[in-house]
Amino acid sequence: MSVAILRQADYIIASIQSDLSDTEVVELRQELAELVGRYRARGIVIDVSALDVIDSFVARSLRSIVLTARLRGAETVIVGIQPDVAIAMVQFRLNLKPLRAVLDLDAATALLDELTQGDPEDGE
Amino acid sequence: MSPDGRDQMAADTESQTAEVDQEESDKQRPAERSDGDESILLELVSYLRDCRTELREEWARRISEADLLDVMEDDEIFSEATEVYDNYMDALETGSVETLQKYARELSERIIPRGVDTDEVLGIVLLLRDVLARSLFTKYQDNLEHLNRVLDAYEPAANRIAVTVGVSFVEERDRVIHDQQESIRELSTPVLQLRERLLILPMIGVLDSSRARQLKEQLLASIRDNRATVVVIDITGVATIDRTVANHLVQAVEASRLMGARTILTGLSPEIAQTVVDLGVDLSMMRTVGDLQGGIEEAERLAGYGDGVADDSNGDDDT
Repeated sequence: MSVAILRQADYIIASIQSDLSDTEVVELRQELAELVGRYRARGIVIDVSALDVIDSFVARSLRSIVLTARLRGAETVIVGIQPDVAIAMVQFRLNLKPLRAVLDLDAATALLDELTQGDPEDGE
Repeated sequence: MSPDGRDQMAADTESQTAEVDQEESDKQRPAERSDGDESILLELVSYLRDCRTELREEWARRISEADLLDVMEDDEIFSEATEVYDNYMDALETGSVETLQKYARELSERIIPRGVDTDEVLGIVLLLRDVLARSLFTKYQDNLEHLNRVLDAYEPAANRIAVTVGVSFVEERDRVIHDQQESIRELSTPVLQLRERLLILPMIGVLDSSRARQLKEQLLASIRDNRATVVVIDITGVATIDRTVANHLVQAVEASRLMGARTILTGLSPEIAQTVVDLGVDLSMMRTVGDLQGGIEEAERLAGYGDGVADDSNGDDDT
């Protein structure tokens, strides 16, 4: 599997190493949903910086990972979306509002700290 | 001298001989194409050189009569005309248009910024062609056969010259337009770093869809390069936007969010605000602030600088 999944304190870090097939994406979603419960994780970081392309299926899956994880009690942050990928993603006419994204891992953990503290900025 | 009478006469001759030329040339052209051409061309070039002063004046006069080049002074036209005339002769004589081409480029470079149009340039070159052709008619009108051969030699060369000059002018103008577009493009979307991780994009001028797309790409590239977390796009200097552009803006903001940056849009004019509402573009996910000042304040707050400006100046002294 081309996704490395690491555990760091309360967070799960899933680093996607290369393009994923549709099946692998679905597997990733299942695995993360499961791991959140097993590790009692409060946050997930998904690193997509190795991806040059994110098609609409992957984009939709990322969105559903975020929503699924939230139902399981964890917030998700996407890391390292490339400019071209970002441009492509906003053209899928997909509601990407649930996706939170930052550029590097530091920012991701900082954002997760903030999100899981339940501070008033949540409403944005 | 009565130019009208002469013109009239010459014009008559022209129309007559043009017909004859048509018939004759159909019969004669294949046979004596190449051998006579060279010497005839030389002959007519030397004749035209002899009449240089007269023909040049005639040409300059007809340029002013036709109201061409009205941005230029008469003596200026005359000196350029001299230059063109001599180059024209060289091109006729040698059959090589390179020098003329070079000169035409330089000339275009000089006159384009002064607002000379393509039709004027083509007009004056064709005028010179006519003036010369007409003088050839007057000289050879008694010997129709010879006139035909002279014209056979002259016309293709003259056409080639006219095309060269016209094309040089248009190319030069295209180049100028291209350069200007380039510099407008570079000027039009500067990305300024106000503080660490805080960028400002002031947009000025017409925001069309190609520029909006460019804005989007530049915005995302600079977010990545500067690791920006907050971007202020100021569109105070933009007069109107349409649906496509509004959607590009929405996409730009959405895409920069995917790269971890929050975007603040400032300076929407009343017209743009109403347009956006009328178009039904959903800007609800955008932060919009009335003016750039407010936008920067908001951006500093978002980027975690708080109201650090006043504190900094005091704090430095104390510590």
